[in-house]
Amino acid sequence: MAKIRVVHYINQFFAGIGGEDKADITPQSRNGAAGPGLAFAKEFGDAAEIVGTVICGDSYYAENIKTAQTEILKLIAAFEPDAVITGPAFNAGRYGTAAGGVAEAVTKTLGIPAISGMYHENPGADLFKKSVFIAPVSDSARGIKTAVPAMTKLLLRVIETKGNPGSPEDAGYIPRGVRVNIFNEKTGAERAVEMLVKKLNGEEYETEYPMPEFDRVKPGDAVTDMKNATIALVTSGGIVPKGNPDHIEASSAMKYGKYEMESVHSADSANFATAHGGYDPTYANADPNRVLPVDTMRTMEKEGVFKKLYKYFYTTVGNGTSIANAKKFGLEIGAELKKDGVDAVILTST
Amino acid sequence: MVKAIESYGIPVVHICTIVPISMTVGANRIVPSVAIPYPLGDAAKTPEEEKGIRRSILEKAIKALQTPVMEQTVF
Amino acid sequence: MKLELERAKVKNIVWGETTALLPDGTLRICKEDLLEAAADRVCFKSIGAELARPGESVRICPVKDVIEPRCKTEGQGQVFPGMLSGVETVGSGKTFVLSGAAVVTCGRIVGFQEGIIDMQGTGADYTPFSKTMNAVLVIEPNDGIEPHEYEKACRMAGLRAAYFIASSVWKAGASVSETEVYELPSFTESAKSFPDLPKVVYIYMLQTQGLLHDTYVYGVDAKKMLPTFIHPNETMDGAVISGNCVSACDKNSTYIHLNNPVIKSLYEHHGKDLNFVGVIITNENVTLADKQRSSSYTAKLAAMLGADGAVVSEEGFGNPDADLILNCRKLEKCGIKTTLITDEYAGRDGASQSLADASPLADAVVTAGNANMIVRLPKQDRLIGFDDYIDVLSGGFDGSLHEDGSIEVELQAITGATCELGFGKLGGRTW
Repeated sequence: MAKIRVVHYINQFFAGIGGEDKADITPQSRNGAAGPGLAFAKEFGDAAEIVGTVICGDSYYAENIKTAQTEILKLIAAFEPDAVITGPAFNAGRYGTAAGGVAEAVTKTLGIPAISGMYHENPGADLFKKSVFIAPVSDSARGIKTAVPAMTKLLLRVIETKGNPGSPEDAGYIPRGVRVNIFNEKTGAERAVEMLVKKLNGEEYETEYPMPEFDRVKPGDAVTDMKNATIALVTSGGIVPKGNPDHIEASSAMKYGKYEMESVHSADSANFATAHGGYDPTYANADPNRVLPVDTMRTMEKEGVFKKLYKYFYTTVGNGTSIANAKKFGLEIGAELKKDGVDAVILTST
Repeated sequence: MVKAIESYGIPVVHICTIVPISMTVGANRIVPSVAIPYPLGDAAKTPEEEKGIRRSILEKAIKALQTPVMEQTVF
Repeated sequence: MKLELERAKVKNIVWGETTALLPDGTLRICKEDLLEAAADRVCFKSIGAELARPGESVRICPVKDVIEPRCKTEGQGQVFPGMLSGVETVGSGKTFVLSGAAVVTCGRIVGFQEGIIDMQGTGADYTPFSKTMNAVLVIEPNDGIEPHEYEKACRMAGLRAAYFIASSVWKAGASVSETEVYELPSFTESAKSFPDLPKVVYIYMLQTQGLLHDTYVYGVDAKKMLPTFIHPNETMDGAVISGNCVSACDKNSTYIHLNNPVIKSLYEHHGKDLNFVGVIITNENVTLADKQRSSSYTAKLAAMLGADGAVVSEEGFGNPDADLILNCRKLEKCGIKTTLITDEYAGRDGASQSLADASPLADAVVTAGNANMIVRLPKQDRLIGFDDYIDVLSGGFDGSLHEDGSIEVELQAITGATCELGFGKLGGRTW
């Protein structure tokens, strides 16, 4: 079998170019292994070889992430590798961020496996553990001896299993914090009854889903001059123009809609309907104002309770939609509202 | 979504039926609504009565937006 | 109350002249008679029937309900009380069960949320109904029929078909291969029989969110009831019926209600390491007052039974998560230790929070898996039903149906994949 062609990404320091004074060097590449790559080459044995090393200064990377990534990817691709290994970055924060970022970009753009190695408290680990398999290593370069076999084992396992290396314990990576499905030996009902028996007897048991802690945001300041305020309507109740032109999903929405409503006086059933799949749609379809209260908001606008109803409304389907997506939608919507000087938001949910 | 929009400093009032979820998730200004399939209406009432219900919920929402809050508040 | 389930094992399914169970375990069904039993001339434009066996290259879609053929042969009442038969109390005497067979109702879509059953390939690993010999009813509604009338007509057709098959086989002289006895005495008696064992109650949450998201108990729409006691044996005779068009993965088909795995497991543990004292059914309604009332009432009933522990099962997701957590909080505050069975909506990458609500008191949770996980289902040679709706099923998305006949969907779209009664072995963990 041909050896797996691996490209190694390291920073200026581990390449032996220099320390902080050389941290601004631009991406460059060398044939074969360099620095810690020599140890990897030895550890790989007949399974793999380091065909090239790509080096970039940590400061250059941090200050020019986009350009640096493009240049680095180009250098990596030139070696036609099967896989990429970055670091180990130990507890060096900027190096960790670069090693994680490069590994993520390689997987996404080049479509080949890439792994890294970091100390678990390295900020790069926190940033990239969800998208990159990162072997836990010690906090300083003294740990190189254990880091090399750990990262090698992880890389080979990721390649062998086509990106599904199994549990963090078995494969040796920092837990990514993502939920995965697995088939158990016993049915859910049996597991629940057995767990209850243990709980009743005061024995140890392990919940299969530890409850999350939700973060909080500071309340926005109250509106002091409502008569001159612009208010936006947002809903997770899935009210859309009839026909659902943007095909917002009935549940687990991947997108939200933004629709002009300057000329809309009422969310009537002739022109609007719900795309939501999580509740009985009969009532919302009969009168969409029950979810998106355009009619009453227009009346209140006319009466001067507030100055203006914002010219667009935003809508998505809350049903089964992941909190990460909801947050992403919220951040995008919030940025636009801020830009357009909206003073307050009424968000309706079903 | 509520929190992400509010992170720009824009006050958001969350009109929702299941207040406990809104509390868990972390909305700051919460106005309870009628029922999941018709949060701002009531299918059992006449259209005029429904408009009255809608108006009172929205007025409460407008008031909530004008009220300074330090912690999660149900109006 | 004592019920004997007399099981006959079904190993194959074929069409034939008359309906009977052959000595080799082949279930022979007379198609004409079956269609006659299921027919509804007012609501259906057409009704057909097809067979699907485990391992065949068959896709059934969109699936509404799955029902196990059963009929009572001794004792009060008949299966599916309040639906097919009268409203006498069921759960005692003898009930004949065609184990390994199922009636599947499939037809033009009602809501957004009906499911897929693949009889082989990746999809088959996730649905319990790839392992049953299925008689599938394929239904087309008459024009202009309201969705809820259509749902009811399909539901009733499935129940009639299941009863027809079981009762015809019984009349033709089926031999029983296995008998299971289920008996639970009165509360006072069982408290006396096992004084040292912890008393455990099962909190059975039923989906009741609206016209198309309903469950029926003795024919009563469960959203209109206060939480109440039910004897576990009653569920085995079809006292609880699905009328649900919620996401396919975690709606409880009538088949699952008949074979409630929590009840089965509690019976198995009864007298060994716990004392199974009863079942409380409760609902998942759409207003906050309803949720608070039902959860308070449920905790009170459990406390009245003197329960030490409770297993709580959910149906559906989203706002029912609030019911689940309310039940948990209130039970725990009464000093009743709980475990919960739910499923997760953690996003396609598994990186999001799984439930809409949370509580630190919910410290013993069993999960049936992340319903947002994407699965690719290979093409099947034969389609029973209609595939022009796959993009709009819950869990489907634009482009779900590929040109080569394979489909890419969330687990959500697969019937029974993440059953929150804990019917399957799928689970989840953090990696």
